[in-house]
Amino acid sequence: MDDDPTTAQDVARDFPTLDRRDEDQLLPQLVAHLREHRTKLRQEWAGRIQDAHLLHAMTPQEMAAETTSVYDNYVEVLETGSVEALQHYARDLSERIIPRGVETHEVVGIVLLLRDVLARSLFEKYQQDFGLLNRVLDAYEPAANRIANTVAVSFVDERERVIRQQQDSIRELSTPVLPVRERLLILPIIGVLDGERARQLTEQLLAGIRTHRAKVVVIDITGAPDVDEVVANHLVQTVDASRLMGASVIITGLSPEIAQTLVTIGVDLSKMNTIGDLQGGLEEAERLLGFTVTRGDRPAGE
Amino acid sequence: MTGPALVSILRQGSYLVASIHTALDDSQLVRFQQDLVSQIGQHRARGVIIDVAALDVLDSFGSRTLRNIAEMARLRGARTVIVGIQPDVALAMVALGMGTGDVATALDLEEGLAYLDEVLGHTGAAEGGSPRNRR
Repeated sequence: MDDDPTTAQDVARDFPTLDRRDEDQLLPQLVAHLREHRTKLRQEWAGRIQDAHLLHAMTPQEMAAETTSVYDNYVEVLETGSVEALQHYARDLSERIIPRGVETHEVVGIVLLLRDVLARSLFEKYQQDFGLLNRVLDAYEPAANRIANTVAVSFVDERERVIRQQQDSIRELSTPVLPVRERLLILPIIGVLDGERARQLTEQLLAGIRTHRAKVVVIDITGAPDVDEVVANHLVQTVDASRLMGASVIITGLSPEIAQTLVTIGVDLSKMNTIGDLQGGLEEAERLLGFTVTRGDRPAGE
Repeated sequence: MTGPALVSILRQGSYLVASIHTALDDSQLVRFQQDLVSQIGQHRARGVIIDVAALDVLDSFGSRTLRNIAEMARLRGARTVIVGIQPDVALAMVALGMGTGDVATALDLEEGLAYLDEVLGHTGAAEGGSPRNRR
């Protein structure tokens, strides 16, 4: 930039007492100041957290312990300029507090409070020398913003990781492939089917066909409230793919709404073997497999 | 088409079993098609099993060739069943709209043999099995 030399000159003129060496000393000075007033500043910070009604979920003891380590981590980052340790700590902290319902705004809020508390104390310390205060803040602010950024991002990352994990387990739970007889699988679909879930379902079904050497599969969609075109086409593909693996598919439990939707949107269902309800589907599957089910009316031993 | 055959075609009773062990390029597929169709006549085979279990990809030319082989085999008097299509391959095939048409498919070699026995109405894999209910 063209005006950079001017700024540097202005600075040199306005603050003739500060040379390069002083500038290098600014951060260490600042860190020393924060270390010296650690207890007082930490308490002030904790007080402001309470005033702001943040972190309800934690007891005062926990709060004291956490604020101490956050404070120490904070000062350490200012000193070393490396956020790695803080990142690690923030992730670890998030892991502990997320299950207790701590929200993103609380975490960001407390870090910003700490930033303000420390900035205030710097104002207080350097209020005599406005030039020096400016330089100190120049050194402090980028580091402080970086810390706030790191903590917030770590927290959100951790939360997203937890959410992803939960989504995965819900997905796995939601598409069970159940063997009911030799070479017969049932796949009950409960809940909303979206593209992602339909894809997952197909994968699990094909894996199940291979593992259980299934010849017939009954897909029951009684529990699916709605089916759109994407999912309907996916179902057709599932049926085709199963056939390629040597299994025939029976679809049961199509609700009147879904039947109307499918016909209206014009999905080609001519190759689909559909039967009204799960019971009928099972009977048809047993017939295909050559099972005959008879009621054992006579008591044993006769 | 010259060179060594890349697909082993084995006679098992009145069936031919062709196992594709490795991905074939287009000219190799054509070679395989010619070999198989000519061997159906030589061995008077009544059933053909094509095992693709070792393939983790099957392109459009591959699946069309398999369909063609099945049709040619039918013209020469043999029923064809394709066995061992992997889940991923099956998904990719339907996603790209390249099914096996009317060709029968089965889970694995054992199922394929059972299928042929059923449609041909005898135990063709065993030597000397006499045909019944030929269709």
